Parts: sequence; C-alpha cells; structure tokens
Amino acid sequence: MAEVVSIGDILAVVALKEVKTKVGGGVPIFIVEDIEEQEKIAMILGKILNAMVHNLENGMYIVTRH
Amino acid sequence: MEDYGLTIIVGLTVGMLARLLMLRSDYRHFPGYPHGYVTHISLGFVAAALGAVAVPALVEKEYTAVTFLALAAQQFREIRNMERETLNHLEEIELVPRGKDLVEGIARVFESRNYLVIAASLQASVLTYFAGLPWAVLSSGIVLWIFSNYLAKGKVLREIADVVPSQPYFGFAGYKTLLMVDEVVIMEVGLESARKKIMEEGLGVLIKPKDDNARATLHQVGQRQAILHTVSNLIGTKKEVGEPEWSPIARKNIDTGEVALFILPNEPDIRPLIQAVNITPVLESSRTTPLESKPGKLAQD
Repeated sequence: MAEVVSIGDILAVVALKEVKTKVGGGVPIFIVEDIEEQEKIAMILGKILNAMVHNLENGMYIVTRH
Repeated sequence: MEDYGLTIIVGLTVGMLARLLMLRSDYRHFPGYPHGYVTHISLGFVAAALGAVAVPALVEKEYTAVTFLALAAQQFREIRNMERETLNHLEEIELVPRGKDLVEGIARVFESRNYLVIAASLQASVLTYFAGLPWAVLSSGIVLWIFSNYLAKGKVLREIADVVPSQPYFGFAGYKTLLMVDEVVIMEVGLESARKKIMEEGLGVLIKPKDDNARATLHQVGQRQAILHTVSNLIGTKKEVGEPEWSPIARKNIDTGEVALFILPNEPDIRPLIQAVNITPVLESSRTTPLESKPGKLAQD
C-alpha cells in the first residue's frame, strides 16, 4: 500500500527446467518447459496472488508482494 | 446591549466572509464534500462569533470572557484531529495514498484558517466600535484580500523545481527488465506484456530542484508521495487493485537529487502531467531550508 517499497515475501518461483537445480527452499517452485509457458504461468500467478512478477534474467521468474 | 448590535453583526459577517473565501474546493483544498462544507462553515461561524463578541465583552469589563478564547483554541484543535482522522480513514483504501505529510498539512491548514477567521472578525468589530463602520469595511476588505491572496496559498512545486519530460525506457546497461527514467531505476518489470504496455503508454518526468533547499524538500518521501497523489488525481492512472505493475513511482537520483517520476496515465499526454507536477503544493512539513544554516551553506559546493 505504502509507496515506500520493501520487498515482501517471495510467493512463488517459476523456473525453466534447465535451471531447476539453481533454486530451492520454502516457496512453491513451478518448473516450465519454455519461455512462453513461463511468461504465461508467471502472469496468471501474479493475477491470482495480486502480486508483481519479476524476471531474474537467469531463467527464473519470481512472484512477490510489495 | 443595543449599542453592540452593529459591532457584533459586522464582526460576524466579516468572519463568515473570511471563512467562505478560504473554503476553496479545488482538489487539494479538501473537503470538496458537501458535508465537509457544512462542518467547516458551522465551525467558521463559531469562530466568527467568538471574534465578534470579544469587543463588547471587554468594553463591559467582562474580562472573564477572554477565557472563551482558550476554549476556542481547544475546539479548533479538535478540527485538526477531525480532518486527520477522516483523511486517514480514506487513506486505507486509496490506490495512490496522500501520504502522512499531506494529511497533516491539510489538517493544519484547516485549524489555522479558523484562527484567521477570529482575527478577521475581531479587527472588524474593534474598528466598528471605536472608529465607525466605514473604517471597518475598508480594513476588512484589505484583510480579506490578504487572506485569500497570501495566507491561504502555499508554495507550489514550480517555484522550487524545474519539471522536464523524460521518456521511461528499458535496457539500461544491458538490464532489459529494469524500468528507467533518466538514470534512475524505477522498478523491475518481469512480464514481457507489461513492459510492452509501459513502453507504449508510460510517461516520465524529471523534477530538477533549483537549489539545495529544494533538493532537501524533494528528498522527503512525504513530498514525493504528495506529488504522486496529486498527479494521479489530476490526470488519472491505470493503477488497479492487484496490478502493481502500473503503480506511479517517484525515485531520487542519489547523485544529483533530481526526482524521476513514472506514471501510466489514462491519456498518454505529457503536458498535463508537467502541469500537474508544477502545481503540487510544497508541504510545510517537507519544506526544509538547510541553506540558512552554516553547515548547509558549506555543504552547498
């Protein structure tokens, strides 16, 4: 709500299957086949969770709430 | 008591006129809601009455009447709380909030306007009683003119900063997802579709402070939030619940003190955006003047 942004929680990670070994931990991880599917899943997750989609540019998208 | 009739009526009328003149309804002079008007006019009437009856009371040697003024001060502090509470409640569901600084600023303005009303009606009744009606009318005219032209108007951003257009873009130093305005990172936008929309419709401006005082003012987050709120209110924003990609954001260039502002407006037209930033009030609580201190002057160069 406030304009001052602090990164909230990472709600989900959408990772390409090539880089799935690079991620782990306590958040749901969605493994996808290609960039097209990744973009789509990330967008839908963002809409469902009312959250922002960020691209780490290493084959992973994260969904976070600010 | 007959003799005081005119004195009280003149004082009351001038006080009410003063309140009405200062009751602007443009966007930043909240209320702008019909019931807000009723409240403020009623309290303005109380203030005007207090100023108007002070003279007859003193002339009749009823000195205890002055204690009423203390009561009035208490009453008007209440107004400040009332405004603050109302605005804070609204704030919770505002998509682009006003920010605490703007809320405090508005509340303070409404309290002080009631003191101005007391002053106006007091001078009117003093002059009516001791110098006669014509003098009271003349002096009241001058006082009201000063109130509405100077006291009820604060500074606006145009006076402390230059606002220039600056197109937002992606791709600074190879980071294709970072949204930039000038050299300032605004945010990271992950989705290709969102980036495309922002490139097509997003607008940006650069707010360049004119001196170090202005730089210190723009450094205040509350001031920047007030700019965002004003701009979003005046030209509209596509920001929506659950769609943080379209949030208007203002960030400081840490090296120059310039503020980069990004917004996804309803209509992609840069001129109204610049105008809206220009007329944003400079908040009392954000206004700082380091240049008037020794260290501030030394730090200037």
